[in-house]
Amino acid sequence: MIKIAAYTRITNRSVVLNGEKIFTAKGENSLNLTELYRNRGIDYPKFFKMDNLAKSGFLGAELALRTLGLDTVTPKKGTAVIFMNSSSSLDDDIAYQQTIKSGENYFPSPSVFVYTLANIVTGEVAIRNKIMGESSFYIFEKFSANNMQSIIEQAFTNTSLDMVVCGWVEYLQGEMDVLVMAVQRDVVRGDEFNTLNINKLYDIK
Amino acid sequence: MIAALGDNIVCGLGFSSEEVYASVKKGIGGVKRYEGTFGLPDPFMASLIADEALDSAFADLGRGAAGDYTKFEKAIILSASKAIAQAGIDASHKRVLFILSTTKGNVDLLEHENYDRQKVTLWHSAGLLAGWFGNTNEPVVVSNACISGLCAQITAQRMIESGSYDAVVVVGCDMLSKFVISGFHSFKALSDTECRPFDALRTGLNLGEAAATIVYSASDNVAGGCAKMLCGAICNDANHISGPSRTAEGLNNALQAVLQVRPADKIAFVNAHGTATLYNDEMESIALSRSGLSSVPVNSLKAIFGHTLGAAGILETIISTMSLKKRKVLGSRGFERSGVSCEVNISAEERDITDDTKSCFIKMMSGFGGSNAAIIMEVGQ
Repeated sequence: MIKIAAYTRITNRSVVLNGEKIFTAKGENSLNLTELYRNRGIDYPKFFKMDNLAKSGFLGAELALRTLGLDTVTPKKGTAVIFMNSSSSLDDDIAYQQTIKSGENYFPSPSVFVYTLANIVTGEVAIRNKIMGESSFYIFEKFSANNMQSIIEQAFTNTSLDMVVCGWVEYLQGEMDVLVMAVQRDVVRGDEFNTLNINKLYDIK
Repeated sequence: MIAALGDNIVCGLGFSSEEVYASVKKGIGGVKRYEGTFGLPDPFMASLIADEALDSAFADLGRGAAGDYTKFEKAIILSASKAIAQAGIDASHKRVLFILSTTKGNVDLLEHENYDRQKVTLWHSAGLLAGWFGNTNEPVVVSNACISGLCAQITAQRMIESGSYDAVVVVGCDMLSKFVISGFHSFKALSDTECRPFDALRTGLNLGEAAATIVYSASDNVAGGCAKMLCGAICNDANHISGPSRTAEGLNNALQAVLQVRPADKIAFVNAHGTATLYNDEMESIALSRSGLSSVPVNSLKAIFGHTLGAAGILETIISTMSLKKRKVLGSRGFERSGVSCEVNISAEERDITDDTKSCFIKMMSGFGGSNAAIIMEVGQ
């Protein structure tokens, strides 16, 4: 059976890690990802060069995976990173477009351009955790537990896979909607990875 | 295992796989020099699709006015229409799924002040495509940078083998724009001449526009001459978001995985990613060496088509399948003298496949995000 061993739910208002609310936004403001990073004592300077989509997915994975005691050094061929969202990399696409607008304001930057690929967030999580299995990014109009379950279950037909860091990683112009789950085969702890349980976690606001 | 029932390529060299293959055989390349195009300050080399030709072919479908659709939308609809017709499937059927492989879709719309945000989203493009054929299943978009086209085929295999669908229409497409070209230019990744994969004098890549489609179905009860996708693998380097691994870790792992289903002596050739950037081709040579494929013929099609991004994995699978059926290894245009550190069996000239037991080819790719993929295709005797 495939189980959800750990999860992180990040919305504009709060962060819930394995059922526990660990961080809330101040006042009327949206949650600040850099404050979340500092609050949790994470030490990974590459975080600061990431775009918002990558920061969202990175933090979702980072918080969940550290609760499992997963190290960041050992190469992990049996682990995959599979994320999905609705807007792809539109948040960074809009930022990049600003850099190529006109003759006087034409300064395309490779460090902005690289994040105009939605799958870069999967690469960031892979690099941090030495994940060397599959990395994939899918796009659907809306979050759907059915799509999540079928895509991830099908990935598990690869028998050399024992864990998938998966989830919905959406960030567009200050609006974030993130559910990252560490899903494992043959583990004792965690709820079954099915649509009912995926929806329960997504419904946490 | 899944079977390829029909295919199509829409690119600067033509609007059918046969037409495009014939151009390649005649030594016609699609990469040209453009100056002032897309309002870019610098000239660039690329393979573009002529707007008028695409509009006219789209109008010939007899379904909609060319002016109502973007170039990207016209290309995916045209390519899918032709492949579906060849495959002879009912694309509106509940047991048929559409998968769209693209990196940037309609991103050029962002240039306009009041752009329609929904139209820029990739799921909207995929919905338009599936809707054109009356298909009501929610389509899947795969956006995995340069390896998207292989990931889309691997996803198709999973969808069919899990019993979720009987047939999958896999469409890959990207169009070029100020957005895409300026980005690759900022990476200093573009060559200002026709690109030279694996060559000592290679200086970078050319980009290209294309849409390409393969219709896959379960392989039972399919005619013997059909090409079959046996398996695929996706492996991350966990090394760098914009540079390949120096040890070719991920690509080597992907190659090792696909070689589990057929040994190296069954492989007629490897169609490399071969973008002609210094680092990519070097990394591929290391992966081939580590996987025991140094003596297997290798080729790259990038000097003919340019790097067609989301379409590349599908387009190059189609051309390679055609060449395998004709028992040929296509030459690598632009190659003269090896400029990679490990031995690669590559040639500018077309070669014959004389050993009848070599029934397969491997298509491999690598891309931003540290991603690598390989698939293995077989044509039965």
